[in-house]
Amino acid sequence: MKKLSFLLLLLLSCTAVFAQGDPSVEMDDALRSSGKIYVVVTTICIIFVGLAIYLFSIDRRLKKIEKGK
Amino acid sequence: MKFIYQTWWKVVAVLLVFSTLITGLLLPVPTLPILHETIRNLYFHVPMWMGMLTVFVVSVYFSIMYLRTGDEKHDLAAVECVNTGLLFYSFGLLTGMLWAKYTWGEFWSGDPKQNSAAIAFLLYCAYLVLRNSIDEEQKRAKISAIYNIFAFPIMIVLIFILPRMTDSLHPGSGGNPAFGRYDLDNGMKIAFYPAMLGWSFIALWIATIRYRIRLIENKRNAIN
Repeated sequence: MKKLSFLLLLLLSCTAVFAQGDPSVEMDDALRSSGKIYVVVTTICIIFVGLAIYLFSIDRRLKKIEKGK
Repeated sequence: MKFIYQTWWKVVAVLLVFSTLITGLLLPVPTLPILHETIRNLYFHVPMWMGMLTVFVVSVYFSIMYLRTGDEKHDLAAVECVNTGLLFYSFGLLTGMLWAKYTWGEFWSGDPKQNSAAIAFLLYCAYLVLRNSIDEEQKRAKISAIYNIFAFPIMIVLIFILPRMTDSLHPGSGGNPAFGRYDLDNGMKIAFYPAMLGWSFIALWIATIRYRIRLIENKRNAIN
């Protein structure tokens, strides 16, 4: 599980490389429309989902410890 | 207390907040002078206070329960609720300061709302200091439970009542209408209410995690 999520993280990290194109070329994708606000929305969503997953994992670890007692 | 070990309400809380991240940032909002797009802060700044309020209410409940039963667990639950509440309190203060900088002009303009929020913050910090200054466990639990029960109404008066009786820049104060009066239209409610509910449950969730860790620590200390 930990390895899998790490792999996913590494795979996702290369999306940043693809995002760096020629600035003069306006690509017509959804994330660039209306002042690029969707980029901000996605960023916040990623952070929040990450935090939520983190909280769930703490919860699960705690459950394991509680059962071990 | 089976409730705190269940998962469904945590999932609901996460989904509620997650939905507000999208609706809150993308749905149309009323265009108002000075506020502009910062009106969207309503979905994130106000729920911090709601989360704080939720865990503080739970904390008072457990303080009363401690005084009734003398069960140490209730005391631990009360402390961890206050600890989590202070985290959300700090978020509320900091986001409020940032919002104030771009609407009122200063991070801290000595506004009655800001000042009394700061005083109430110290009030709750004093609760933690008071706890740490008493070594004897039962005495500590009893005194801090009583302090907590009194601190709560004073906090309510300081944050939600006194600033409204004087002139304040904060909405809802001194003839300065709250958002609900004129611009919390139905479009904003779609994001606002889920945010209030979702963040309350997330605050509660963090408090339960802290409480469960505290229980284990407490058990370990008792054996040794």
